[in-house]
Amino acid sequence: MSRVIIVNLIRFVVLVLLQVFLLKNISLYNLSVPYLYILFILLLPFETPNLLLFLLSFLLGLTIDMFNDTPGLHAASCVVLALVRVLFISVTVQKDGFDNEPEPTLGNMGFRWFFTYSALLIVVHHFFLFNLEVFRLDEIQYTLLRFLSSAVFTLFLILISSFLFYRRKER
Amino acid sequence: MRNLLIFISKYNAFFLFLIFEISALIIYVKYNSFQRATYLNTTNQVTGTLYARVNELNSYLSLKDVNDSLAAENARLHSQLQSSYYADTVATHTVIDSVYKQQYTYTEAKVIDNSVNKRNNYITILKGSKDGIKKGMGVICNTGVVGKVVYTEEHLSLVQSLLHKDAKVSAMLADTKDIGSLMWGADLNPHVGLLMDIPNHVKPRIGQWVVTSTYSSLYPAGIPLGKVSNLHAKGGGFFLNMEVNFSVDFAKLQYVYVVNNKLYLERQTLDAQKKQDE
Repeated sequence: MSRVIIVNLIRFVVLVLLQVFLLKNISLYNLSVPYLYILFILLLPFETPNLLLFLLSFLLGLTIDMFNDTPGLHAASCVVLALVRVLFISVTVQKDGFDNEPEPTLGNMGFRWFFTYSALLIVVHHFFLFNLEVFRLDEIQYTLLRFLSSAVFTLFLILISSFLFYRRKER
Repeated sequence: MRNLLIFISKYNAFFLFLIFEISALIIYVKYNSFQRATYLNTTNQVTGTLYARVNELNSYLSLKDVNDSLAAENARLHSQLQSSYYADTVATHTVIDSVYKQQYTYTEAKVIDNSVNKRNNYITILKGSKDGIKKGMGVICNTGVVGKVVYTEEHLSLVQSLLHKDAKVSAMLADTKDIGSLMWGADLNPHVGLLMDIPNHVKPRIGQWVVTSTYSSLYPAGIPLGKVSNLHAKGGGFFLNMEVNFSVDFAKLQYVYVVNNKLYLERQTLDAQKKQDE
């Protein structure tokens, strides 16, 4: 149990630092900015209580916001992301039958499940984020273009990092 | 009551979602006007020091470029010194010059955080209210206009860059003195701005310099903004709109100057009076 807490704590700090000092400065063709930090929410264990899940998403978003000068923007998007995560997991995964707190990683769940899971969650998060940031309809084409290209970029980074830390399910 | 509790605990995810989402949106709406943002931005203790540290590290990588630009600026300033002019009249007596009084003073500041790829971009600089920086001052660098100060802390200040939805600078064409206003272009390219409301009879050329106008209360007149790059920007109607290539490379900002206009307060009072009169 304490191992899970420590791993997630380290993951939180590393992802925030990576996002704020490195990825924030990357933008391909002025269009796509990757938001890799949401990987933290994606990889929280299945058994996380809902209250903790929402609280952590909110805090993660707020931390990113403080570095980006956009109070509330990322927090709001991360809370939406948490809701979609709860819904998606309740639909596709049977609750019981877990021992030793597994996490929804690529190794545990297989490529197909993990791909759909992360793609859906990224799309929802980015769509909400970009539209809330711009908040007007007359730039909708440009916003959609930015949202789509950023989502592809983020998905790419998440899959790569998952393969980097790949561990096959122990049976 | 019991049923209500059961109902809430059954759908707890949704209710938790509502609580957190509403609080996040309240923060978003409430603190996003930067006058009231007190601690949720880069000027606070934690994020500010972290940015300063990382920036210290980063600045080693660009020492050469900074040196070059400083040397170039030194050369330019040297050429403006009194000693580099010669008098073509024979001075018979000296007068104490009471015609010119200084209107603008400059404070140099280091950029510690910056962005160009968002819809609204801000710059954090390492000078604050302790160094005499106040809200509303203009910010320039050696290649042109950067933005204006929107929020100050004791040691750090937040600058709204020209790459912002609300940024608007009173500008003019350098040689014909036609006044318009410059803002960031619609396609969010950090190199291209939009010069608007130039009268229709003017015939601008590509490559013509656009500088700050004499009407601006934040900047001295004649600070470069960019060069006209495309005469046929969309929109405009009775006025000409054109695209302008910014002379400042916002992605590479290292040092900026904060402009202190000694007549700014008087100007503000006059503007307030004007509003009252209308």
